[in-house]
Amino acid sequence: MSQSAKPRPGTLTAKQRPADRIFSGSARGAGITILITLAAVSAFLLVEGYPALVTPPEEISILDNQSFVVYVTPLVFGTLWAAALALLMALPVSIGIALFISHYAPRKIAVLLGYAVDLLAAVPSVVYGLWGGVILAPGIRPLYMWFEENLGFLPFFAGPTSGTGRTILTAAIVLAVMVLPIITAVSREVFLQTPRLYEEAALALGATRWEMVRSVVLPVGRGGIISAAMLGLGRALGETLAVAMVLSATGVITFNLISSTNPSTIAANVALSFPEAYGLNINVLIASGLILFAITLVVNSIARWVINLRKDFSGAN
Amino acid sequence: MTQLSASNPTANYYASGKLPGYMTGILLLLSLVISWGMFTFFRPADPEYTVNLAVVAVVAVIVFGVVHYVASRVVEGPRKAVDRTVTLLVTLAFAIAMIPLLSLVHTVVNLGVARFDLDFFTLSMRNVVGAGGGAAHAMMGTVIMTLLATVISVPVGLLASIYLVEYGEGKRLARLITFFVDVMTGIPSIVAGLFAYSLFSLILGPGTRVGIAGAAALSVLMIPIVVRSSEEMLRLVPNELREASYALGVPKWLTIVKVVLPTALAGITTGVMLAVARVMGETAPLLIAAGFTNDFNFNPFSDRMQSLPNFVYYSYIAQGSVPEAYLDRAWAGALALILIVMVLNLAARLITNIFAPKYGR
Repeated sequence: MSQSAKPRPGTLTAKQRPADRIFSGSARGAGITILITLAAVSAFLLVEGYPALVTPPEEISILDNQSFVVYVTPLVFGTLWAAALALLMALPVSIGIALFISHYAPRKIAVLLGYAVDLLAAVPSVVYGLWGGVILAPGIRPLYMWFEENLGFLPFFAGPTSGTGRTILTAAIVLAVMVLPIITAVSREVFLQTPRLYEEAALALGATRWEMVRSVVLPVGRGGIISAAMLGLGRALGETLAVAMVLSATGVITFNLISSTNPSTIAANVALSFPEAYGLNINVLIASGLILFAITLVVNSIARWVINLRKDFSGAN
Repeated sequence: MTQLSASNPTANYYASGKLPGYMTGILLLLSLVISWGMFTFFRPADPEYTVNLAVVAVVAVIVFGVVHYVASRVVEGPRKAVDRTVTLLVTLAFAIAMIPLLSLVHTVVNLGVARFDLDFFTLSMRNVVGAGGGAAHAMMGTVIMTLLATVISVPVGLLASIYLVEYGEGKRLARLITFFVDVMTGIPSIVAGLFAYSLFSLILGPGTRVGIAGAAALSVLMIPIVVRSSEEMLRLVPNELREASYALGVPKWLTIVKVVLPTALAGITTGVMLAVARVMGETAPLLIAAGFTNDFNFNPFSDRMQSLPNFVYYSYIAQGSVPEAYLDRAWAGALALILIVMVLNLAARLITNIFAPKYGR
C-alpha cells in the first residue's frame, strides 16, 4: 500500500512528452472538477435558496404567513431528533455485530455473516420505505400501545398511540436498520486491526474473552467507533424516502414518540412537497436543503477529521 | 469452585468448575418452556386472546439471559458469568440485525410475485387506471439515466483517482481532493437532486425536469464512490511493475494506461459495479431532478423520465382507485429493484474473489 510511487529526493525527473502533459493534465483536471462540483453544489443551492430568505413570507404560499425560520425549525428539529434516535438504537447493535463478526463468530462463517450485514446496505431506500410503511408500522403498533399503557408517565410515550403506527419512532427504527451496516462495516474493520499480540497478551494473563475485548479491542477502536457513528449519523440525517414513506408528519416540535403528531424531516419534507411546488415555494425547499447540506457537511467533516487523526488504526481508509 | 472436585475426586479436573456444553441448550429449552407456559396458563380470560409468539420469544431470551448468568455465576464465578452474558448479547445483536433483513426479503418476495409477470416488464402505465400496466418505462428510464451517470462518473472518477495515486502524492491539491471526496460521499441524495434541479433550471428555464438532470444528480453521488474504490485498487498495484516499465523506457502515461490500469482492472470494475448498484436504487434525486411520468421516454434531454425506484414510490404514495393494484405494482417494482441490485452486488463480489490479488485477513 505505502510503496506506491513516492518521489525520492535526488531522482532524475523523466522527460515530459506532450502525451504525458495531456494525460497528467486531464487527471489533474478531473480532480479539480470534483472540487468545482462540490463548490457548485453549495453555490447553486445558495443562489436558488437566497430568494426564499429575502422575500416577505406573505408572498410565499408554502410558508403560510410565517417566517422562514418558523417554517424550518420543526424540520431541523425532526431531522436531528430522528437521526439521534436512529443512532441511539443502531450504535450498540452495530458494535455488537462488529464484535460478533470480528471476535466471536467462528472464523469460517464470519465472512459470510459479514456479507449478510452488507446486504442490508444494498437494499434501496425506497424498498425500506415500502417495508416500513406497509409491514413495520402496523406490526409494531401493539408494542407502542404497550408502551403507552406501561410507560405512559414518560413524556416520550405519553400517547395517544397513533392509529397507523407511522410515528417518528417507526421512522427512526427504519433509519437505524439503514445505518446499521455502515457503522458495522467501519467498526468491524477497526476491530480487526487490533494488534494480535495485545489480544493474545490479554488472554495469556487470564482475561476472559470479554475482558480482552474491553481492555484491548474497544480502547484501540474508540476513534473508529466515534467516526463510524458520525458517518451513520450523516447518513441518517440525509435519508429521504424511508422517512417520507413511513412518517405521517404534522410539522410540530414534540418529544412524543408514539403519537400521530410528529415532526417531519428536512429531506422528507422536500421529497413530499417538491413535486407540487411552484415559484418561490421551490426556493424555500431549496433553502431548507441548503441547511441540511450544511448540517451533514459539518457532521461528515468531523467524522473524517477524527478518522484522519487515527489513520494508522482506522480501517475506514 | 474447587470444593466440587474435592468432594468428588474422580471428576475430571479440567472440566470441573465449568458449565457442561449441553447446559446452554438445556437452559435455552427451559426458558422457552417457562416463557410459553407463562403466556399460556396465565392468559386473560378473553377468548379472543392469542399467544403472541414474538413476545414469547423475547421473554424467553430475557429469562434465558438471567438463568444462564445465575447458573454460570454459581458454577464458574462472576467473571465467566459476565463473559457468557456478553457473548449472548453480541450474538443477539447479530440476530436482531437479521430480523429486518429476513422480514424484508420475505415480504418483498411474497408480495412481489403477484405482479411479477410479463406485462410488468413490457407495458408502461400509460392510460392505466387500477389494475394492469407495467414498469417497462420506469426500467427504461433507470437504465438510461444510470448509463448516463456512469458515462459521466467513471472517466472523472477514474482520472481523479489516477491523479491521487500516480501524480498527487504528498501534494496539497491531492490532500484537498481526498478530503472533499470523503465529504462528498456524505452528501444527502436529495441535496444532489436539488443541485441538479437548480443547475438545469438556470440553463433550461425554471421547472425543467429532464433525464439528464437526473443523471447529473446521480453522478454527484457516484463520483466519490468511484474515486474511493479505484484509488484503493490502484494503490494495490505493486510498485515493481511501474519501475519495470519505467526501466524499459516507457513514458509514465503509457505505464499507467498499459501496466497499472490493466492490473487493477478487476478491482476497478467491481468498484464501478457497486457504485452503479448504489445509485440505481436512489429515488430522491430523481424525484426532484427527473420528475415522473407514465409514458415511455427515450430522450434524456427533453421531458420527464420515470425510474424504477420512483415507480415504486409513486405507486405507494399515490394509490389510485384500486389501492391493491397500486401496492401490488409497488411490491413487484421493489422485487425487481432488489433483484437487480443483488445481482450487481453478487457479480461484483464474484469478480473480486476470482481476480483480486490475495492478501491477509
